[in-house]
Amino acid sequence: MPTLLIVAVSVFVLIRLIPGDPAQLMLGDLATPASLADLRGRLGLDQSLPVQFGIWFGKVLSGDFGQSIASQQAVLPLILQRFSISAQVVLVAVLLASLVAVPAGVIAAWKQNSSLDLSLVTLATLLLSIPTFWLGLLFLLFFGLKLEWLPVVGYVSISENVEAGLLYLLMPIMTLFLHEIGVILRMARASTLEVLRLDYITHARAKGLSEMAVLWRHAFKNAFGPTWTLIGLVLGNLLGGIAVVETVFTIPGLGRLLVDSIFARDYPVIQGCLLFVACTYVLVNLVIDLCYPLFDPRVTAA
Amino acid sequence: MKRPAPNAIVGGTLIGIVLAAAGTGALWTPYDPLKLSFRAKLAAPSSVHWLGTDEFGRDVLSRLMAGATTSVWVSLVTVSFAVVLGTLIGLLSGYMRGWVDRVIMAFNDALLAFPGILLALGLLAVVGANKYGIIVALGIAYTPSVARIVRGAVLSLREREFIAASRVMGNSEAFTMARHILPNCIAPLTVLATSMFGYVLLAESALSFLGLGVPPPAPTWGNMLAGSRPYIGQAVWLGVFPGLAISLTLLGINLLGDAARDKLDPRMRGAR
Repeated sequence: MPTLLIVAVSVFVLIRLIPGDPAQLMLGDLATPASLADLRGRLGLDQSLPVQFGIWFGKVLSGDFGQSIASQQAVLPLILQRFSISAQVVLVAVLLASLVAVPAGVIAAWKQNSSLDLSLVTLATLLLSIPTFWLGLLFLLFFGLKLEWLPVVGYVSISENVEAGLLYLLMPIMTLFLHEIGVILRMARASTLEVLRLDYITHARAKGLSEMAVLWRHAFKNAFGPTWTLIGLVLGNLLGGIAVVETVFTIPGLGRLLVDSIFARDYPVIQGCLLFVACTYVLVNLVIDLCYPLFDPRVTAA
Repeated sequence: MKRPAPNAIVGGTLIGIVLAAAGTGALWTPYDPLKLSFRAKLAAPSSVHWLGTDEFGRDVLSRLMAGATTSVWVSLVTVSFAVVLGTLIGLLSGYMRGWVDRVIMAFNDALLAFPGILLALGLLAVVGANKYGIIVALGIAYTPSVARIVRGAVLSLREREFIAASRVMGNSEAFTMARHILPNCIAPLTVLATSMFGYVLLAESALSFLGLGVPPPAPTWGNMLAGSRPYIGQAVWLGVFPGLAISLTLLGINLLGDAARDKLDPRMRGAR
C-alpha cells in the first residue's frame, strides 16, 4: 500500500500549506498568548513536522480523524454518515447506467454506422456534454416546479421514511444516471469496435455461430475490460465531484460536507474528507482490478 | 479532397462561436454586464434584452459574453500552466531516469490517485477561492496526467536511433531534448490539451457554481447558474441560457476530440 502512504503524506502536507495558525483559528478572537501556546502543545503543533505527521498518521490508523472545529463532532463518524448518503446515490446511478449503457454500446458497435448507431452515439455525446449541475437544475425546474411531482428542497433519510427518502433521491440519481450513460456507452462502443475487427471474431462467424453468440460470448467478454476499468474511475470521480449535485438538490452528502468545510475553514474535516475520498478511490480501483480475472482469464490475479 | 467529418464541422462551429463570443465579450457587450437596473429586473427575453435580465436587471446576454471571456481565459491559462509544468516534469523524469524518475513518478502517481476535482478542491482550500486560486488549483490538479504522457513519450523516443545520432554528433543533452524529443511530443500533447480544455472549463463552472470560483459580481457561467437558483421558478431563462452555453461548449470540444481521434487513429477510420 505505498500509494496510500503517499496519499496520506500529500494530504498532510497540503493541509500544512494552508496559511495561518490552526490554533489561532480554533480559538478565534478569544486567543491569548498563553491559551494559544497551550492549545499548540495539545495539538502537537510545537513538534517538528515529521513528528507531527507520525502522531497524526498513528491516530488516523486507529480511526481517530480528529474533531471538527465548527461542530466539535468527531470527524470520522461525521464522514461515514455523510458518505453513506453519497454512496447510495452514486452506486445506484452508476449501476443503472451500466446496465443500460453497456448493452447499448455493444449494440451500437455491432450495428456500426447504421442510423441506430448514429443516434445512440449522438445521444451519448449530448448526455456527456451536459454538466450534472445544469441537468439537475432543469429536472428541479420541470419535475419539481412545473409538474410538482417531486420535492424540490430538503432531504429525508431513507432509514426514517422509505417512501419520502426515495422521492428525494430520485432526481439526483436520475441526473447522474443520464450523465454516466453518455460516458459508459461511448467507452463500451469503442472497446467493442476494437474487438469486432479481430480475426477470431471473423473465425467465430465463419464457423457458423449466430450473431448473438459471436457478440455476447466472444466479443463482449473481451471488450468489457476497458469499460469495467472506466466504471471504477467513474465511481471514484463521482465521489469527488458529487458536491455539485448535492448542492443542487440540497442533499447532506460527503461532497457538500467538504465544500462547507472549505468555506468554514474547518481543517480537520477537510483533511479527513480528502484522505477518505482518496483512499476510497484507490480501494475501489484496486477492487476493480482484482475483479478483472473473473471475466478475462488472460489476466491472472498476480 | 475529402470532406471534413460532420462532427468536426459541428464541433468547430460551436467552438468558433464560443471563441468569438469570448473575444467580443472582452471588448464590447450590448450592455454593461455589471450595471444594475432595478426597473428592468427579471425581464423576460425581448427585443431590448435578447436573453432577458437577471434579478438585478443586468442583461443576461452581456453577462454570458463576459462570462465566456472569463471562462475561456481561465481555461486557456490553466491548460497552458498544466501543459508547460507537466511537460517539464515529464521531460526531466523520462530523460534522467534512475532515482530522479522514481521519486518524481511516485509523487506524480500519488497525485493521480486523487480524483482531479477533489485535488482541486483541496488545493483551493490552500490557495484561496478566486480566479487565480482556480488557475493554480486546477493547473496543479491536471499537471500529473501531462507529466505521465510526456514521460511515456520520452522513454520510448530516447531509445530511437535519431536521438542516439544527435548525441553522437556531440549535441548536449539539453539541446537534444529541446530540438529532437520535445517536437515529437507535440501531437499527443495537442490531443490531451484539447480534452483538458473541456475538463477545466467544466471544473471551473462547477467550482464557480459551488461558490468556490470567480466571485460575483464578475459573471461566469457557473456563478450565473448558481445565482439563478432562487429565481428559477419565475425566470426560467436565468437557469437555461448559462447551462446551454456550458453544454454547447463541451459538446463542441467532445465532437472536435472525436474528430481528432478518428483522424489520428487509422483503425477507427470510418468508425465515426
